[in-house]
Amino acid sequence: MRKRLPIAGLLGLALLASGCGSSEPEKSGNVEISYALWEKNDAPAAQKIIDAFQKANPGVTVKLEITPWDQYWTKLQTAAAGGAAPDVFWMSSLNVRMYAKGGVIAAADESKTTGFTPATVAGYRYDGKLWALPFSVSLPALWYDKKLFDAAGVKYPTADWTWDDVKAAAKKLTDPAKKQWGIMTPMWDQGGFYNTMIQAGGRVLSADGKKSGFDEAGSIQGLEFWTDLMIKDKVAPQAQVYNDTEPLQLFQTGKIGMQYGGSWFAATYAANPEVKSRVDLVPLPKGPAQEGVIVASLANAVSAKTEHPKEATAFAAFFASEEGQKIFSDAGGASISAREGTQDGFYKAYPDFNLKGLFEGSMPHGVEYPVTLDTAKWQDVQNKLLVDAWTGKRPTADVAKDIAVKMNEILAKE
Amino acid sequence: MKSRERLWGYALIAPMALGLAVFYVWPIAQTLYLSFTESGVFGGQTWVGLDNYTALAADEEMTGALGNTLLYAALMLAGVPLSIVVAALLNVRGLRGLGFYRTIYFLPVVTMPAAVGLTWRYLYNGDFGPINQLLAAVGIDGPYWVADPDVAIYALALVGVWSSIGYNAVLFLAGLQGIPRHYYEAAEIDGAGRLRQFFRITLPLLTPTTFFVIVITMINALQVFDLVYLIFDLKSPALPGARTIVYFFFEQGFLKNQRGYAAAIAVVLLGLILVLTAIQFRLQKRWVHYA
Repeated sequence: MRKRLPIAGLLGLALLASGCGSSEPEKSGNVEISYALWEKNDAPAAQKIIDAFQKANPGVTVKLEITPWDQYWTKLQTAAAGGAAPDVFWMSSLNVRMYAKGGVIAAADESKTTGFTPATVAGYRYDGKLWALPFSVSLPALWYDKKLFDAAGVKYPTADWTWDDVKAAAKKLTDPAKKQWGIMTPMWDQGGFYNTMIQAGGRVLSADGKKSGFDEAGSIQGLEFWTDLMIKDKVAPQAQVYNDTEPLQLFQTGKIGMQYGGSWFAATYAANPEVKSRVDLVPLPKGPAQEGVIVASLANAVSAKTEHPKEATAFAAFFASEEGQKIFSDAGGASISAREGTQDGFYKAYPDFNLKGLFEGSMPHGVEYPVTLDTAKWQDVQNKLLVDAWTGKRPTADVAKDIAVKMNEILAKE
Repeated sequence: MKSRERLWGYALIAPMALGLAVFYVWPIAQTLYLSFTESGVFGGQTWVGLDNYTALAADEEMTGALGNTLLYAALMLAGVPLSIVVAALLNVRGLRGLGFYRTIYFLPVVTMPAAVGLTWRYLYNGDFGPINQLLAAVGIDGPYWVADPDVAIYALALVGVWSSIGYNAVLFLAGLQGIPRHYYEAAEIDGAGRLRQFFRITLPLLTPTTFFVIVITMINALQVFDLVYLIFDLKSPALPGARTIVYFFFEQGFLKNQRGYAAAIAVVLLGLILVLTAIQFRLQKRWVHYA
């Protein structure tokens, strides 16, 4: 029996930890700012930008702090509540409104975003202001295993594929005897069902963000795309599999034909020479109603309470500048640079994957990731209820309608 | 002289008492206060009275978490006799490799919970885990231990029991060795067999230790969090069947930033532990023999 923190102590500790902010005295000409992010595959690129920034700004030191995604927001929130947030930190469009409204982040300069695709910037506007400077885009992609396609005599996916092509190929690639599956269907919004909901003519949120779109016919069809593959067509493993083994790892076992994944998976797949040689990607297949992919961008936010606003703002701006974006791209990390025309370095870093085709084929149909003020709250409802559909306990359409009802209750309170 | 002594007494317990006050009593008071408020995401509270508690009473997830936690505690208690058996075996005099066995059984106690959780998560893996591969070798199609809501809590309790055997066994071992030898000698002269000796001497004289172990096991079981957090994914489909009260507290307080609501959960758990422990102390008069 190991010692566990008593429950009351847990809260107490959190309060205590949030109370100890750093208050180092400012030394002239020697400023240190902290920079927090979660993706370790992007850390080397960030470090290169830091080096260049420090060179151009003598006397300023940027300290990199990496916190894994699972703990990133919890930690940031606790720090922010105690007024001790990092000076500059990664922000996602999912959380930006809450941080802006809470007075944690400072407004950013619009003029620094000329040269960015609107879909990458839009998510960071709230209340008439821009709150963070985008630096990277994450695009969903259809990854496929060439080896399995060859073995089954199926033609590789192309940018012109439709849902029907996916289904047909998945059927041919599935072989229960070999425990081989045509496709994976993890319950995933960003790279998965948000895209198919849009492609079938549905939507996650109404245009004004006040109503749920989950009960629309197109949305239901977009969700059924996934549950059908798994439950009706049986060309994907059952939902429980992904709890035990992450899709990212499962795909590398060589027993999965296709995967709705992300552009940022490139870093992981390229790190394994055997996997690198047998996988590639294309833009997401077209749906019955339209083309459409969720373009999620990441951005740098500056703390409203930073002791060095000038340096922190300058660093965030440098990250989004032509020079910063080229360094980011050339480093070949996890994400694609956001500023138009700076992507070549990234393509070159992953010559085995058709990332150029993905970027150019996806961006024209980009739709921003759906967010409201408290996105996490209704996403929690979405994720909890969808489990019933994914495990086949209840019809997908019923579940989708339930989500809409509960989501509307939450949205009404925002 | 008397008051001087008293002063010294207070001075000597001051470090402990201060620590308790700062790290336990004050946070409990704070938690109690927070449970009547709704907190902003980045701090700041508004008084909402009993709203959190009424919402909690109607929350299906809370009911589920309560059920899961109580079931887990019951399973953990069911595992206590195992520790007595292990302790009895470790108490056999002249057993070869005694030190080795004691180390083996105690190892889980001193292993980091994170390591324990991750190792078991790997063992339980439905497709690639050693447990299911062993089962497959004898023709059994193993379940998704930690992804199936119907099996999850049992899988969790198995890890819990496994990791608590060593600690409990040490307590029982101490209890066993505290039983005077001459009771057994007397019993032998009276013609009592081994089994009779165990039930008539060992078990009754072990009851103070058993009582202690049961109380501690229950309190710890009701507060289980680390194993759930480490073995289950945040989006695991098994969570409805594996969510414990403290995990629910974590979800509400740290993932959804409803700290007031989370505080109410903590207060309910505190009350639950208090009541169950009080009942145990009441009942002990009926079965615990202090020699």
